[in-house]
Amino acid sequence: MRSKNENAGETRVRKYIISKRIDAVFTTLADIHFFIVRFFREVFFPPYEFKEIVRQCYEVGVKSLPLISLTGFIIGIVFTNQSRVSLAEFGATSWLPALISIAIVRALAPLVTALIAAGRVGSSIGAELGSMKVTEQIDAMEVSATNPFKFLVVTRVLATTFMTPALMMYVVFVALMGGYFNVHKNELTSFTAYFVQVFNAITFLDIFSSIIKSFVFGFTIGIVGCYKGYNSSKGTEGVGKAANSSVVTAMFLVFIEELLALQIIHAIRFA
Amino acid sequence: MKKVNPNIDKNNKVISLNGLKKSFDDFDVLRGVDLNLYQGENLVVLGRSGTGKSVLIKIISGLLKADEGVVNVLGSNMNRIAGRELDRLRLKIGFSFQNSALYDSMTIRENLEFPLVRNRKELGRKEIDNLVEVVLEAVGLSQTINQMPSELSGGQRKRIGIARTLILRPEIMLYDEPTAGLDPITSIEINNLINEVQTRFNTSSIIITHDLTCARDTGDRVVMLLDGQFQREGTFEEVFNTDDERVKSFYNYNFIK
Repeated sequence: MRSKNENAGETRVRKYIISKRIDAVFTTLADIHFFIVRFFREVFFPPYEFKEIVRQCYEVGVKSLPLISLTGFIIGIVFTNQSRVSLAEFGATSWLPALISIAIVRALAPLVTALIAAGRVGSSIGAELGSMKVTEQIDAMEVSATNPFKFLVVTRVLATTFMTPALMMYVVFVALMGGYFNVHKNELTSFTAYFVQVFNAITFLDIFSSIIKSFVFGFTIGIVGCYKGYNSSKGTEGVGKAANSSVVTAMFLVFIEELLALQIIHAIRFA
Repeated sequence: MKKVNPNIDKNNKVISLNGLKKSFDDFDVLRGVDLNLYQGENLVVLGRSGTGKSVLIKIISGLLKADEGVVNVLGSNMNRIAGRELDRLRLKIGFSFQNSALYDSMTIRENLEFPLVRNRKELGRKEIDNLVEVVLEAVGLSQTINQMPSELSGGQRKRIGIARTLILRPEIMLYDEPTAGLDPITSIEINNLINEVQTRFNTSSIIITHDLTCARDTGDRVVMLLDGQFQREGTFEEVFNTDDERVKSFYNYNFIK
């Protein structure tokens, strides 16, 4: 039988642990806030690391192309194939190009691009910066009078922010080509007829909102990867954790942002 | 045993620490450290792992802030400077890291050029190439110029790390465990290099180590950090000529029984 004192002691310990955890959550939120504020403070003031920005754009953009191409093309084919079944029930397979176009431009391309970038680029940024942190390379930059935040963080966040929309546009094209490949094979639709329907179905708002969304997704992936890597600790274990949590956090935030964007775009469309 | 450098200028303090204190959470690492480093001197800071030796030089280089005390480096109070003023001072301080901290994604040439192209913008391509060749020759590794850090041995990485700091012609060198993880012969080579840097580049140095051979061969003066304070100071022999069991055991278990 536990005494009253023991129960009270246990409750106090629990309360202490909970308050510590809440404290840690708010401390982390404050850290992220300062990290983002520092990014905007550093991005506008010289020196500008143009060469490193170009190198990072190449790393983020060009090196993602093979994976993005394959994924985008397969998504186009699979989505078309799966949609055909539903449309065929209403004898409306001729609407396939319009359906594919709306789905890809409005939702699939931005989301798929962001998820692939989070997986490939976010993890690599988290691991690279984490490894630089634990091997004192970031300190080495600082003591040689180079601002490591500007050289490592600003360049990478700018690269992900600007390359994600570019990759998204590329995914739109590749996925639509995948869709065309499938439609042409099954319905014998011509290239011109397919793309006339594709472009008739989408509006300026669809394209514009997807580009803006991709900028936000790209920024999120870059800032999360850099934050996790830059603040990693505990040696090699910390590097692994930084890489892993960069991907998980970035993907989670991308879905939240997609949900918010959906509400905003919906409100604008029907305003 | 190293002969004391006759060119030490005892009237010129390049580093002066007074009442330096630093804690991490509840653990007091440095509990009031006083220290002077004179122009042209090699000062060895000895101590067991975890006694705050690396913390000390990180405070001197501005990587960490002291909780209390005055840190004066080349006439500047480290607690009161920041931004460009701190960067200007850092150009005069070379920091050789324990694990060399070479940039993995860059070649040796790019590693050496990195601090130069950012801080000496007036230099042209030819001058940069020339400076890179000079420091590589100084550490005896000219042939590695186009290699990646991962292709080098531990000793070579240490040398390149020292070369990268020398390229900015620092007045002060801070060595963090320069012989850690090296075989005895490579350690001797690194010790010789530290002495060569002192005479050839006229630097004043703080060498953090727990390797007594390194301390004996490189130090003009040795101080011993125990319980967050300097307990012993003098030449290598003077430091270990004591009845203090903590110092004697350090000597017995780490050097020559």
